[in-house]
This record gives sequence, structure tokens and C-alpha cells, in this order.
Amino acid sequence: MSELEKNTNAPENQEKEQFSLNDDRRVKTLSPGALVVRRFIRNRVAVTGTIILIAMFLFSFVGGLITPYREDQLFYRTTQQNKQYAAVKENTEFRYVTATKDSFPSVAQAKFVIARKTGKTSFEGKKGTTYTYEEIGEDFCVIYEDGKEDPVAFATYDTVSSVTSDGEVAFDLQCEILQAIAVGEDSFTLDGVEYTVAEDGSIYKGTEEVAYASRFIVQAIMSDVFLTRTFKEELVTSIQDGNMDFVFTDEDGTEASYTVTYDAASKSYAVLQTVETKVFDTYSAPSKEHWLGTDRNGMDMLTRLMYGGRVSLYIGFIVVIIETVLGVILGGLAGYCGGWVDNLIMRIVDVFYCIPSMPLIIILGAAMDAMRIDPQIRMFYLMLILGFLGWPGVARLVRGQILSLREQEFMTAAEATGVRASRRIFRHLIPNVIPQLIVTMTMSLGSTIITEATLSFLGLGVKFPFASWGNIINDVNDTYVLTNFWFIWIPAGICLLATVLAFNLVGDGLRDAFDPKMKR
Amino acid sequence: MKKFIIKRLLISAVLLVLVAFIIYVLMRCLPTSYLEEVARAKSMQPGSKSFEEWMQQLSATYGMDKGIIPGFIDWCGRTLRGDFGDSWKWTVPVVDKFHDAIWISFAMGAVAFLLEILIAIPLGIIAATKQYSRTDYTITIIALACFSLPTFFFASLLKLLFCVKLGWFDLGGLIGRNYEQLSSLGQLADKTHHLVLPIITLVVISIGSLMRYTRTNMLEVLNADYIRTARAKGLSESKVIYHHAFRNTLIPLVTMLGGSLPGLFSGALITETLYAIPGIGYVSYQSMIAGDIPFSMFYMVFLAILTLLGNLISDILYAVVDPRVRIA
Repeated sequence: MSELEKNTNAPENQEKEQFSLNDDRRVKTLSPGALVVRRFIRNRVAVTGTIILIAMFLFSFVGGLITPYREDQLFYRTTQQNKQYAAVKENTEFRYVTATKDSFPSVAQAKFVIARKTGKTSFEGKKGTTYTYEEIGEDFCVIYEDGKEDPVAFATYDTVSSVTSDGEVAFDLQCEILQAIAVGEDSFTLDGVEYTVAEDGSIYKGTEEVAYASRFIVQAIMSDVFLTRTFKEELVTSIQDGNMDFVFTDEDGTEASYTVTYDAASKSYAVLQTVETKVFDTYSAPSKEHWLGTDRNGMDMLTRLMYGGRVSLYIGFIVVIIETVLGVILGGLAGYCGGWVDNLIMRIVDVFYCIPSMPLIIILGAAMDAMRIDPQIRMFYLMLILGFLGWPGVARLVRGQILSLREQEFMTAAEATGVRASRRIFRHLIPNVIPQLIVTMTMSLGSTIITEATLSFLGLGVKFPFASWGNIINDVNDTYVLTNFWFIWIPAGICLLATVLAFNLVGDGLRDAFDPKMKR
Repeated sequence: MKKFIIKRLLISAVLLVLVAFIIYVLMRCLPTSYLEEVARAKSMQPGSKSFEEWMQQLSATYGMDKGIIPGFIDWCGRTLRGDFGDSWKWTVPVVDKFHDAIWISFAMGAVAFLLEILIAIPLGIIAATKQYSRTDYTITIIALACFSLPTFFFASLLKLLFCVKLGWFDLGGLIGRNYEQLSSLGQLADKTHHLVLPIITLVVISIGSLMRYTRTNMLEVLNADYIRTARAKGLSESKVIYHHAFRNTLIPLVTMLGGSLPGLFSGALITETLYAIPGIGYVSYQSMIAGDIPFSMFYMVFLAILTLLGNLISDILYAVVDPRVRIA
């Protein structure tokens, strides 16, 4: 720093030799403003702060224009998702098929199992009905109700399904088919029609296939999916071979692959179909398209950061302008008028000082949450509230300055020379307050941005869809994000810290620069 | 002096009533509250009265059916008798909940305050004595950085480093999982362990302003005539700084620190919320979010009292510490 000073002094030394001592040109005169600028530029720290600020402004305001994405543009990615497609179960216990609904209730079913275990051929159901059963094969029993000729139900391990999607196989036909399979016959006649039973369980009416019997039950998970017979058979063969992957080519030639998992608890196989699904590209890592990855909603993080900076800076500036305007007017009035006006305004300031601002803003924020205020309007309210709570500090400063300036000799001189009151205020008082005011404004810009960010972080400030640095960091409330996705919250935090720090550095530098007593 | 204190106390009382009134009006004007929520939940129950009827009944129970001014007078009357009502959210008297929460906040605040003084004042003095040196720049920038650090960001960084990466501390809460099985000494240690990060956060966040305040005041003193005299007498530099300069710097420092003593009770709203420490700040935050009028009201008035008390203490201390100040 001292070297710099020497350099600037060097030309002056040369000039000294050329001009006589009382020549005005010997002294390089600078206006007070130029002196301030010079002192500021010499302060390296303050200049660094200014550079950071300029960078932040460019990033937020120009960056938003350059970025190819919009603030709330959503991004998608496709993923392979396994969806439950079908379930396969090997039948290991009796299934009951009844002739009419309720003709063989579940109580009777239970009684049947007991009767069969104990070796009885008849058992009693509810309401005193007696049933008898005829065991045709090891896994096929036909059940008759006493006094009725036709069977009311049958118990079976195998199931009979129709080959068409909406066809149903009549009870009698099912009964005959199963009987034929149980006994080992390969054909039977029902209602004068001849049916043949093939080895693989297919039943033909003449040459046309009408139904098939199987030990495996294959059900589609979705009700609108019809599983073709070929599909079911191929699936069952694949499972019986112990393959856990299954590829099926349907009649149209489209190939689909499935994964089979076995669930031991329910003794069933789940068939999962791998489907390509479009999902929000959430929390994707930084890449060429998204330099800072994407956030929880699948929006580009860098773009959000730029727009967030815009919002944070806008709010900072508007709040500071509101509080400065209010503060200067009221503080100026109090300082210049004195008397009861001063007393009144200062008591109001005292009251405002006592109101705890953070709790108040939190309560108002929660209330706005409850009222579901539109995020944009909410932002304006936030600015108004912050501005309205911040003016007393400015008012106190302005009043104090004016009070002390009023007593100084130059004001007496101005009055004595007959300068009119408005000119005294605007030409002599105000310019002397402005340096202090600028310093305070710069500093309070930083603190306003922090307050806004804190509120947004708590979810009470700027709301989605608008981005703000605070609500971007909000995601760390989710520990998973805190741990795994640094790119979501650390850049926003660094932006916030850098901006606030820069405002404070510049404010500090300005304070030093405005102080004429500063030696450097 | 006595007259001054009495006068200040009276002014404070008037201010307090005004502040309480403003807060009361605001709370009453809030469009929604915990009551509505309760009424809605109750009216949802099968065979229950309608929402309006519940609302009326609840308002009557909690004294919300009166106009704002009678309601406020009523509130003042009860407050003077020390009755702040029952908290809606916590369903216990406000004062009981306050008792549960305040001491942990105070302990946290007090430790942080002591650490802050121990770190910030020496650093501030070093910065001032070595003005414009590398040390001074470093300290100034650190102070400004601490001052500019958003609490929530810093807390998140600490959590990531110490809780997640190193696993030294729990992410939040005041007590660990096996708290009940510990001996009383172990329980104390457990609580202390959980308070380490919150206290670090508090200290770092607030250290900056104290450091700068010390530096500014020390610089002012160092430029005074009597310091030049002391140097001219040929006193050693350490004697000049620690005997002549530092003692005079203490005047503004003691005034400011004394004024911030009541603030130790106010709790750290943000920090406590971030670390889920059930101190007064976190408890009030939850109450405020839930629209619990009695508790929020109490907390805000309590904070206002603390502010007034702080101002009063610093004014009195100013007169006590600095013999040049005379109060008429």
C-alpha cells in the first residue's frame, strides 16, 4: 500500500520544482467526491468486495438471460421401472368351484377338509344341510348335497380356464373335464357333444379348443390385461425350469422381457415387467447439460441459482429503499423540527425497537401460509413488512446527524448569510447526512438479504415456484439431501455468503472513504 | 440516579403497554389460528356440532369473543396477576412450558456469550493495535465473514462435516437415544455433547460484531491525547495498551455487554430450530407456526421486556462506568 502512495506522490514532486511555492497549480486539487473515490480504490478489501458484487449482479441479472433454461423448466429422464405384471401360483390346496353362488359356503368348505382328513364321506354344513363327497382322484372331489342329484360344488387342485378372454367355462363342463383328467380318460361326452382332453390339458370340442386345465394359476395384476394361453404356458414352463428371466414374443412379434421373483411367504411368483417410464429428473448430479445438477423438482440448479439471486437482490434493494425513504423523512422531520414532533417520532421509534421483529415476521409468514396467498403477492408483502420494520434505525441515525450538524458553525454561517430554509436543508444538511446513510444502506442490504434468506429457508419467505437462495438451501432439511447432494445447497450458500460479505466489505470501505479524517 | 432509574422505568412501562397492544391487535387480526384448526378437527368427528358452533364455543372458552380493546384490557389484567393462560399447542399453562424451555436456552446463551467475549475482545484489541497490518486485515475479514454468515448455511455445513462425515455428534435434538439408561452425570454429559454444535454456531455467528466493536473503540482510544502522552512519557507499549488504552475501551464494551445480558434469556430462535434443541426459541417457533396465541403473545412481550431491560441496564452502566457521564 505504501509503495502505491509513493508512486502517486512522485509526479507531484517533479511538479514542485517547476512552480513557485505559492502557485496554485502546484497543488493538485480534487473535489471531495474524487477524494472519496480515491480513498475507496486504495482500499484493496473494499475493491475486492465491489468486484464480487459486480460478479454477483452479472450472474443474477445477465446470467438469467444467457441461460438456455427457464426458471421453472422441468426436466425428465427415462428410467427402467419394474412394474408388477402378473402373479403365478402353484395350487397346493383345494379350490372350490360352486354350481351357484352360495351353494357351498366357506363353513362347509372347512367341514369338508376336516371330513376328508378324518376319512368320513359325509359332513354337515350350516343350517343342518348334509353333504356327501365323492373322491374321484387324489386332487379332485365332487360334492353333493343330500337330496340333490347334481353336484353343488367340487374341490380341485387344477383350474379350468377358457381360451378366450371373456369366455367362461360352465360348471358342468369344468366338472366333466376335471373328472376326465383325474380318472385319466382322454375324452368325454356332455350334452351329446364330444370333448377330447389332450395331454397338455387342452380340451377340444371337436377340433376347436375351448378350454384348458392347469395346476398353475396365472393372474394379471391389472384388470385390463388379458394373459393369453401361450403366455401363461410359456411362463409356467419357464418357472418350472427355474429361469428367473422370461422373454415372451407375442403373436405380433413384439418381444417383452419379464423378471420373475419368488415370494416364499405366499408361495407365489411375481412377474415383473420392465417398462420405460418418464420421471422428473430429480437430484441429478452435475453434468454437461446441468452444470450444477437439478433440484428436487427436476429444475436446472444453475438457472434457479441465477433467478434466486435476482429475487434476493430485488428484495434487498426494495426493502432498503423503503426503510431509507421512511427513515429519512421521519428522522429528518424529528431532527429539524424538534419539539413535540421530535418527541412523538422518537417514541414511535422506541416502540418499533421493542417489537421483536423475527417472531413477528414468522407469525405473519405462518398466517400468509394459512391464507394461501399467491407467491408473487406474498413477495411484495414480505418486502413491505421488512421495510416497515427497518426504518426506525435509519430515522435514529438521520435525526442524530441532523441534530449534531444543526449546531455546527457552518449552519450558523449559512443562517447568518441569509440562506433560505429549504436550501439550508437540501444543500447543507442532507449532503452531510448522505455519506453515513450510504454506509448504513449498504450494510443493511446485506442483513436484509440474510433475513429474507432465513425466512425463505424456514419456508416463510419467498415460495415456490420462485427461487431464492434461502429456499434453495431449504432442501437440506432433508437429511438425505444434506448428506448426498452437496450441489443442491452449497453453491446457494456460497452465493449468499459472498454477496452479503461483499456488501459488508463495500460498506466498510465506504465508511473509511467518506471519513475525511482517515489518514490514508 | 434514583430519579433517573424511576423515570426510565416508567417510560419503559408505557412503551411496554404500547408494544403489547400492537402485538395483541396483530395476533387478534390474524385470519387463522389454532382455534380454527381445533374446531375444524372437532366438527369432522361423527355426530359433532357444526364448525361455526365449535368456533363460537372455543372463542368463548379462550376469551376471543370480546372486542379487541376489552380483550386487551382483560389480557393486561390477567398478565398483571401472572396468569398468561394455557398454551393451545402444548396444552399446559404458558408459564410451565416457559419454565421447561428457558433454562436450556439460558445455559446455551451464557456459554456462547462467555466464549464470545473470550475470543472476540482479545482479537479486536490485537487488530486495533496492529492497525493496517496483515493480522488486522485477516481479523477484519474473518469478523465480517462471521457477521455475513447465514446461520442456517453455517449450521448445515457443521452438520455435514461433524455429524455426517465424522459422526461425532447427532444431527439434532438435546438428548441421545440411550439417555434414559445413563447415570445423572452421564445424562448431563449427553446434553452437553448435544449442545456443542449449537454453541459453536451461536459463537461464530455473533463473534463478528463484537470483534469489530472492540476494534473500533480501541482505535478511537488509541488516537486519544492521553495515549500520546503516555507514549511520550516513555511507557512501554504493553503498559500503554493494557493499562491506559484497554481500560478506557472497557467503558463502551461493558455498557454494550451489560445491555445484552437480558438477551441471554431470549433464546436463539433460528439456531435452536435448526438443531431441534427444545429451548425457548424452538418452542416459540413451533407455537408461532401453529398459531398458538397465548404462547406467542407471551414470548413477544417477554422479548420486548428483555429489550427494554437491556437498554435500561446499558444506560445505567454507562453512567456507572464512565465517571464523566453525569445523569441529571
